[in-house]
Amino acid sequence: MVPTDLRYTREHEWVRVEDGVATVGITAHAADQLGDIVFVELPAVGTAVSAGKTFGVVESVKAVSDLFAPVSGSVLETNGELGGSPELANSDPFGAGWMIRISVADAGELDALLDAAAYEKLVAEG
Amino acid sequence: MTDVPVVGSRETPLAQRHAALGARMIDFAGWLMPVQYAGIVEEHRAVRERAGLFDLSHMGELYVEGPEAGAALARALVSDPQALAVGRAQYSMVCAADGGVLDDLIVYRLGAERYLVVANASNTAVVSDALAERLAGMRVVLDDRSLDTALVSVQGPASVAILSGLTDVDLTALRYYGAQEGTVAGIPALVARTGYTGEDGFEVFVAWESAGAIWDAMLGAGTPHGAVPVGLGARDTLRLEAGMPLYGNELDRTTDPFQAGLGRVVRLDKEGDFVGRAALEKAAAEPPKRTLVGLVVRGRGIARHGYPVLSGETVTGTVTSGTASPTLGVPIAMAYVAPRDAEPGTMLDVVVREQRVAAEVVALPFYRRRR
Repeated sequence: MVPTDLRYTREHEWVRVEDGVATVGITAHAADQLGDIVFVELPAVGTAVSAGKTFGVVESVKAVSDLFAPVSGSVLETNGELGGSPELANSDPFGAGWMIRISVADAGELDALLDAAAYEKLVAEG
Repeated sequence: MTDVPVVGSRETPLAQRHAALGARMIDFAGWLMPVQYAGIVEEHRAVRERAGLFDLSHMGELYVEGPEAGAALARALVSDPQALAVGRAQYSMVCAADGGVLDDLIVYRLGAERYLVVANASNTAVVSDALAERLAGMRVVLDDRSLDTALVSVQGPASVAILSGLTDVDLTALRYYGAQEGTVAGIPALVARTGYTGEDGFEVFVAWESAGAIWDAMLGAGTPHGAVPVGLGARDTLRLEAGMPLYGNELDRTTDPFQAGLGRVVRLDKEGDFVGRAALEKAAAEPPKRTLVGLVVRGRGIARHGYPVLSGETVTGTVTSGTASPTLGVPIAMAYVAPRDAEPGTMLDVVVREQRVAAEVVALPFYRRRR
């Protein structure tokens, strides 16, 4: 089960939008597939990110994986906790493991994202 | 992030057990192999602190037997297997005529005229072909038993405690790089005190059809000691901390043993010719073009295979392997660099996604167990 109040990308990021601010992280499925996460590289505050484009990198012991922005906008905040504790992305991917907050430029982009049911189907189909 | 479907890979005799243990499977050198069970870091720590069990049935087992077995292997390999006492093993390599490494191996002397050569799964065919060619005309028989020999390894400080109750082999008398035929769980087996983790441990060679019973017995005996099954992911981080080369990363056909810091394996003092001798004598006499070093990343980032290494503004080399070290808690790597940059303490930069990240040259290995 994935949280039903979030939207999802096909690249396994989640996004929660509140008052025009999108909080972004990776899903539990993504974290599980990556395995032990040991490094998260995030953009500087103020960086412009584009929907569908990479905004950072997450590394597990064995692999390097790009992070894709679900929506376009300017980075308002990054999760500094991940610098010292990248494993939060494994242990609490939908909570303390969040990665960036974006000031949403075009709320219409959210319509292109998956809802929880569609994302669960994507994961189930592998 | 989804795993590539595995089609057409060979299965080891333990495939069903890996599935039951919840392993994530990948294709490795044409074999369907467990990359992890509970998680790479957890498995890695289990081996350092307690013990881990590995399915290595994908590896190649080539038996060489006959009155000229030792002489034939001395001609085919860079080491001198004739110098081995019966029941002893040596790390070795098979090189091309130009000195490039075709594979790294362990050679076990099982009898006066009988040897076992263990090759990497990815190179078993190459080694088998090279041996067949190099042994031709000598009084020796090459028998590739790779597909009916399974290999289960237990590694870690609890290895002796785990295996001693299962085997009639006297483990206290079996030294590092020793091998002894006997039984494990009542099944005929070759027990070798070898491994690829930097820990004490054993490799148990058994007939393909006995692998399940051996695995069950070793896991059953290991569980009370905290042993867990370990996949290829932790096998890689364990060997990297121990400074051991991986073929395809630190070793390949364009690399000679001296560049890899493994010149001691090449016995130029042995009698007779061997494949690669002339090239290797030259390589031994000349300063190497590049040298394998250890790196500890001091900046933020993880050095990975293929990343460039800079000395000032000059490209000095390339990372061959890199990860976040579970034991040391810092990113570590091995890299080939220009010899002038190989001194421990030298500060270099690794290019991580177009950013320079500081890294310090350190002596290998990164990790050495307390004895």
